[in-house]
Amino acid sequence: MKNTAKHWYDYLWIVTPIYLGLGFFNILFAWLGMIFFCLPLLISIFGGGKLYCNRYCDRGQFLGLLGGRLRLSANRPTPRWMRSRAFRYGFLIFFFVMFFQMLWTTYLVGSSARNLGEFVKLFWMFKVPWHWAYGGGAAPWVAQFAFGFYSIMLTSTLIGLIVMALFKPRSWCVFCPMGTMTQLICRLRAGKPEESGCAACSGCKGGCGNA
Amino acid sequence: MASKRYAAVGRDCVACGCCVKVCPKGAISVWRGVIARVDSELCIGCGKCERECPAGVITFVQRGSAE
Ligand code: SF4
Ligand code: SF4
Ligand code: SF4
Repeated sequence: MKNTAKHWYDYLWIVTPIYLGLGFFNILFAWLGMIFFCLPLLISIFGGGKLYCNRYCDRGQFLGLLGGRLRLSANRPTPRWMRSRAFRYGFLIFFFVMFFQMLWTTYLVGSSARNLGEFVKLFWMFKVPWHWAYGGGAAPWVAQFAFGFYSIMLTSTLIGLIVMALFKPRSWCVFCPMGTMTQLICRLRAGKPEESGCAACSGCKGGCGNA
Repeated sequence: MASKRYAAVGRDCVACGCCVKVCPKGAISVWRGVIARVDSELCIGCGKCERECPAGVITFVQRGSAE
């Protein structure tokens, strides 16, 4: 039976444009993004599995809506290299490195070793002026973190939109670092397939490597 | 119970749950956040999940061929 009844959480896609929009007016709103960072991890750490991805993730819904209902996706298969394990885990590592670099910049600004950079960095490369969204008032490191964090959120949303347009609506979910991390946590919790037995996914008949 | 085939999930499933949302029979669920599993008794082989899956891990098994 298909679950067609709409729930309150089916409208969470609205969070994506609101979040990106708020950061356009005041960069300090970027701190709200910490919720999307901690919540999925906490859910999977405390046994909720991938409930975040499967139910609450605003970005997944947003991409699904644009690519699905609004037909903005080419609906072509995600390229093989993009769904390979090497790319998934490679992207996760890359993401971590860039995240720590962002924290390091925040630290440098906090210790006055560097000036606050009032720009958003797209695709980890292009500095886009964003000074209108900050009128001062916060500690420099607080503002620097906001610019850095917003850069990550905007960049990853843009990558998500690009792969949505070119491939499947939710191709981003294949290599989304948050999705990869939560699945890794769930794997650890569930134990190795050999120990916990078959997941009864029927994958064995399609050439499951766990069998 | 007479469909010719049923869906099977490959091990590179990313547990995103896209397939769960489109299955008209509620035959798929995500097992402990690790991998999607198909209840082959419920599956009618319609192929909706396969069209949706961004990781391209869903294949079909002909009934009666594997066992
Ligand atoms: S994989 Fe990432 S974008 Fe997709 S639903 Fe999960 S957290 Fe959201
Ligand atoms: S083939 Fe159709 S019925 Fe079977 S699991 Fe996929 S969506 Fe559900
Ligand atoms: S859509 Fe594909 S990758 Fe996502 S949970 Fe279903 S089988 Fe796994």
